[in-house]
Amino acid sequence: MLGYPRNQSRKAPPTRHDLAVLTNEPACAHNRKTKSGCARPTPGATQGGCCYDGARNALLPIADVAHLVHGPIGCTGTSWDNRGTRSNGATTYRLGLTTDLTEMDVILGRGERKLFDAIGEAVSKFHPAAVFVYSTCIPAMQGSDFEAICKAAEAAFGTPVIPVDAAGFYGNKNLGNRIAGDAIYKYVIGTREPDPPPPGTAPAGGRTHDTNLIGEWNVGGEFWNVAPLFDELGLRILCTFSGDARFREVQTMHRAEANMVVCSKAMLHVARKLKEDYGTPFFEGSFYGMADTSAAFRGLARLLGDADLARRTESMIAREEARVRAAIAPYRARLTGTRALIFSGGYKSWSLVSAMQDLGVNVVATGIEKSTEEDKARIHDLMGPKARLIANNDQLALIAAYRDYQADILVAGDRYIYPAWKSRIPLLDVDHVRRIGYAGYDGMIELAKNLERAVHSPVWRQVNAPSWCSPGRKRSGL
Amino acid sequence: MTEPKALSVNPLKASQAIGASLAILGLARAMPLEHSARGCTSFDKLFFMRHFHEPIALQTTAMEALTAVLGADDNVVQALATICTKNEPAVIGLITTGLSEMQGADIPRTIAAFRTDYPEFAAVPVVPVAAGDVRGNLESGFALALEAAIATLLPPAPHLLPQPGQVNVLTSAMLTPGDIDAIKQWVEAFGLTPIVLPDIGDSLDGHLTDDGFSPLSYGGTKLDAITAMRRSQATLAVGPSVFRAAELLKINTGVPDYLFADLMSLEGCDAFTEALIAISGRPAPPRIVRERDRLLDAMVDCQFQVGGARIAVAADADLTAMLSDFFTAMGAEVVGKVISAPPRAGLRALDVVVGDLEDFETLARERDAEVLVTNSHGADIARRLGAAHLRAGFPIYDSYGAHLKTWTGYGGARQTLFELANLVAAQYQEIRPYRSIYWQGTPRDRETPPC
Repeated sequence: MLGYPRNQSRKAPPTRHDLAVLTNEPACAHNRKTKSGCARPTPGATQGGCCYDGARNALLPIADVAHLVHGPIGCTGTSWDNRGTRSNGATTYRLGLTTDLTEMDVILGRGERKLFDAIGEAVSKFHPAAVFVYSTCIPAMQGSDFEAICKAAEAAFGTPVIPVDAAGFYGNKNLGNRIAGDAIYKYVIGTREPDPPPPGTAPAGGRTHDTNLIGEWNVGGEFWNVAPLFDELGLRILCTFSGDARFREVQTMHRAEANMVVCSKAMLHVARKLKEDYGTPFFEGSFYGMADTSAAFRGLARLLGDADLARRTESMIAREEARVRAAIAPYRARLTGTRALIFSGGYKSWSLVSAMQDLGVNVVATGIEKSTEEDKARIHDLMGPKARLIANNDQLALIAAYRDYQADILVAGDRYIYPAWKSRIPLLDVDHVRRIGYAGYDGMIELAKNLERAVHSPVWRQVNAPSWCSPGRKRSGL
Repeated sequence: MTEPKALSVNPLKASQAIGASLAILGLARAMPLEHSARGCTSFDKLFFMRHFHEPIALQTTAMEALTAVLGADDNVVQALATICTKNEPAVIGLITTGLSEMQGADIPRTIAAFRTDYPEFAAVPVVPVAAGDVRGNLESGFALALEAAIATLLPPAPHLLPQPGQVNVLTSAMLTPGDIDAIKQWVEAFGLTPIVLPDIGDSLDGHLTDDGFSPLSYGGTKLDAITAMRRSQATLAVGPSVFRAAELLKINTGVPDYLFADLMSLEGCDAFTEALIAISGRPAPPRIVRERDRLLDAMVDCQFQVGGARIAVAADADLTAMLSDFFTAMGAEVVGKVISAPPRAGLRALDVVVGDLEDFETLARERDAEVLVTNSHGADIARRLGAAHLRAGFPIYDSYGAHLKTWTGYGGARQTLFELANLVAAQYQEIRPYRSIYWQGTPRDRETPPC
């Protein structure tokens, strides 16, 4: 009953204008051609998640926050606790929380009241650092003013309540990512100053720099392969947005000296806004593969303009690359000449190419779903001008391509695992729900091991061998 | 191969006598009689009661100091007569052990004396099994009893015309009651009628009967079925330890045999199916095709999880070989194999250790095994090594139903593969959480790290 806003004016969902701003990201390389921006879906032939899916995915890794979904059960029931992202301690993010709106809630307009009470229950039961409320299609259709409820609940329960207006019908998953980043930028970043670095943590003879990683999700804990190297170089990460992040860290992101956008176009606008408003330089990089991991550290050193850091970075890179080369040598020997078809869009379309080449694997083609002109240029740099690019993201097309290019293995995300396996084709899963981390130098070793295993499993020979029940073979008599 | 050691620690091996008793328990209305001091039988009975969760028919000649020295032949005659009088069995297995063999018991003479003294029990066959526990193991004892049953109940005779559609199935000790059931259904799917010898799938499958407790076996191969085995179209022998029994059966009856070391791997299952196609002259029914297709799908679904998994196996030779070959075919790495005694056909594989569970533990530790496949005694070892434990072999005394599990056939192999994949998944060590030096003094420094 605490301060429930009875007579608040109702606010409509974001206007077309708001959404148009979000779908037009100036820093996005997709927008540099005449035919640009986000493609529209084809009814009956569309794959991939909705706006709400993208928004929740983007923020869910913030581990000490209660992520509350305001909507009917369809939005949460099948999708809670399905990310491979890991936390170092806090576990609040693992809870599935929803208002579970019912028919009567909708008819009688009880949804707002329910949301207010749900926020209160989440706060009193789980003591989260903040509550993030994701609005979905049903409240949006109803015209529910959930932002006002959030504001009132924040005042009533004394815990930050952040509205994320991300109804599924607004658009695709990418848009949801951007809406999430936008909400964080609007409500969270800049609301607290960073702690001073603990005494004795500065690198010998050097100084500590503050950085952010934007779009790093800590899948399978893979960022923990990389994090010790940041400490070693004197790079304090103010916030990993959003893998294994904490609410109070997100609040301080405006104070970084340099930002790295990891493997993701979706969070680019957060980096761009930080540059516009606070002058923080940023670059795009990746931690997949040895070459890219090294390039990422060089990129940070370059942005920070610290000669001492650059020198220490080079010696760290030399040490780590020597270690990785020695560790992958046996796998490289067994993988050399393997023909791989990579099918993971965007950044990974070229980032994985370089990782495969480190292993002696011949990349016969790569998918370019969600890849930009810039990404394509990098693919051509790596694979030569005749690189074969596959734009079609359909499973049947992918399997046909595998056969056409006489590949030995597919490297792709989870949507392709079972279609490939049903076709008796080896596939290495590089999706975001896996438990295995491939980031950083140690991730490269893991990738080598798993790729070798996936290609050479004796199962492929057995399931492809002729037998008494092969088609066309007489099934009686020996 | 390890150096021979004087001290066996945590034995993997169970005696030949207990194996012989188990085979006799696969005959209908049977009583195994161990010619020994009463302790052997008491231990063996308890071993099987805990493994099968069943009352176990088992008797002893109860040798004592006087009879051990002066001769125990009278004990045998008396025991046979007592069992016939009290329990009215259809068949008795007379199993000699280390003690009676050392003493030099003359079993043929003793059986002759029993026949002379008790003509009223002439209809009760006695199967003599020489199963001294100074040699072999449970598996070899089981096979010896099977050979003895064939020699006694199916002696050489003029070959008969085969009964179309009837096949013999000889089973090794590695097959559980669940396996035997699966094999019967597999054979029947081709319109064939199997006679299984010995059939612990019928006697030790764990079923309540209207008659309640019986001092004899609760099912198993009937004597008239054994007699009918002469007229089968073919014999299917499963497990290398019973290949010699198949040879003997072929010599005595003229029934041709098919030998199978393995009914788990795709190759092994396919060989069995092809034999059934040949014997029946029929194509495989759609159900078998579907079961095969399901196994293929499971192999594909599990290949990544199981790929490279480090597995150590300890059991008797047939089972160790079958499981190891299966795991290897699924992409796992069998890093250690321990068998309790050399196989009867001789030890050919170089990567096998004949030893005890201490050797197994050492091997598993040295080679960093993630999954230990062995009997219930392996539970403590698994705990010590932080490995997963898949229960297989004898005895299994700490898991309901594990002794009945179906390992073989397309379906059994699939289920085993899933179980293995789950064990490996649960063992998976994720990347260790890293705590940054910059968190000192901040609230997240006080968070409890995940275990």
